[in-house]
Amino acid sequence: MAIRRPYVRPMDGWWRRDPFFIRYMAREATAVFVVAYAAILLVSVVRLSRGEASYDAWMAGLGSGAMIAAYAALVAAFAYHTYTWFAIMPKTMPPIMIARKRLAPGVITASGILVSVLVSLALFAAVRVLAS
Amino acid sequence: MKRSSQPVFWLLFGAGGMLSATLGAMLVFITGIAIPMGLLPADTLSYDNMIAFHRHWAGKAFTFAVISLFLWHGAHRIFHSLHDIGVKARGASVVACYGLALLGTLAAGLTLLSIGV
Amino acid sequence: MPETRTITIEVLRYQPQEGAEPYLQSWPVAFTDDMSVLQGLQHIKDFADGSLTFRWSCRMAICGSCGMMIGGVPRLACRSFLRDFMPGPLRVEALAHHPIERDLVVDASDFVEKLARIQPWIKPRAPRALAEGENLQTPAQLERYEQFSHCINCMLCYAACPQYGLDPKFLGPGITALLHRYNEDSRDAGRGERMELVHAEDGVWSCTAVGYCSKVCPKQVDPANAVNLNKTASAVDWFARFLPGRR
Repeated sequence: MAIRRPYVRPMDGWWRRDPFFIRYMAREATAVFVVAYAAILLVSVVRLSRGEASYDAWMAGLGSGAMIAAYAALVAAFAYHTYTWFAIMPKTMPPIMIARKRLAPGVITASGILVSVLVSLALFAAVRVLAS
Repeated sequence: MKRSSQPVFWLLFGAGGMLSATLGAMLVFITGIAIPMGLLPADTLSYDNMIAFHRHWAGKAFTFAVISLFLWHGAHRIFHSLHDIGVKARGASVVACYGLALLGTLAAGLTLLSIGV
Repeated sequence: MPETRTITIEVLRYQPQEGAEPYLQSWPVAFTDDMSVLQGLQHIKDFADGSLTFRWSCRMAICGSCGMMIGGVPRLACRSFLRDFMPGPLRVEALAHHPIERDLVVDASDFVEKLARIQPWIKPRAPRALAEGENLQTPAQLERYEQFSHCINCMLCYAACPQYGLDPKFLGPGITALLHRYNEDSRDAGRGERMELVHAEDGVWSCTAVGYCSKVCPKQVDPANAVNLNKTASAVDWFARFLPGRR
């Protein structure tokens, strides 16, 4: 009689097995940057509520070379988040049928990114109007 | 079968993910790069401007939505990432991730309210 | 004689009666351009080592038996061609995330048990007599589930799903796609019972939208879409159950 002794392979380091998984882990890692930015905003608001001296001391660091570099890294992480968010969207939203054909995933992703570009430009314009 | 409580966190994750995907990169660029580099007026983020902005209910709502939804988005992803990298302590992950998002939300809400109108 | 080339096929072997650990064994295989990986394995079994064990049946990507890790990716051996893996060596391994029974054969009992759990058949509202004739459906009603009905139970999506690998209690991509196929069928009334499985801790909520399941699917079923549509449905129901008039 044959011996049954099923062998279970370990899952250690599974994300290194496939480039697809590495991209997935990079996508998930953007969350750390999103949280970091939320924390920066939270501290800014707390400082704001404590008065001008406290707020100005906190904001004084802004604009240094290191800060610009750190913010550039944040922008890159957020941009990757934007791309990956809309790249997975065709799989997370209900299919859109046009003339009995399913809307192509690429169209959904491109539309999402386009909307985000337009919203971003509108935000920049709004800040410009409000600030002047 | 025990019903999962994940839907609540998943909806907050989705809302935060959508908000950060549509305007996150630009918001970071404006607050950390465009203003210091002179692409926008230098006093955009000045104390007086920010107090005036946050005395308006819309300013309060905007900043509250950004802080709290970004936190819930990140908390949910990091919660699942901890599981992905082999952290077995589910209860501790729940407290650390969703607990901190809840604290941050409360802190943001109370602080914004304290700025008054 | 058609022209042949030679590729080394490297198989992760596991013989439960021998040593405890799986080990690698390689064979050079002469092949023609029309030979599949399955044919390469059959060549080894017929001419080099009769003990090499693997499942196969239809040879035309419809029975779902010959799923395995080919070059590190879950694929059907009958649908993968040796020519695409030149110069080699080509590594072949049993489907990831499943216990290995022997060589390239995995234990599929978890999938089979889950399949039974979702009641994969049409549960009519009321018993129908044969005299009532056909149970008609419009093309639009067919469209709602047709794509999900193409699943051949090959389990490639499970080998692509790290969440299933990390926690095999997760209902997983393929089974959720089949569950969705019946839930979306206008002739079916079993949705309520099946949604209990979706709402549960081990239902759809282990999914983190990796999306690899849909990429490896040989039948374009898009199981990731089925799982995520059910997240939405489950989230709606999470709140809807508090509305008056609901249980």
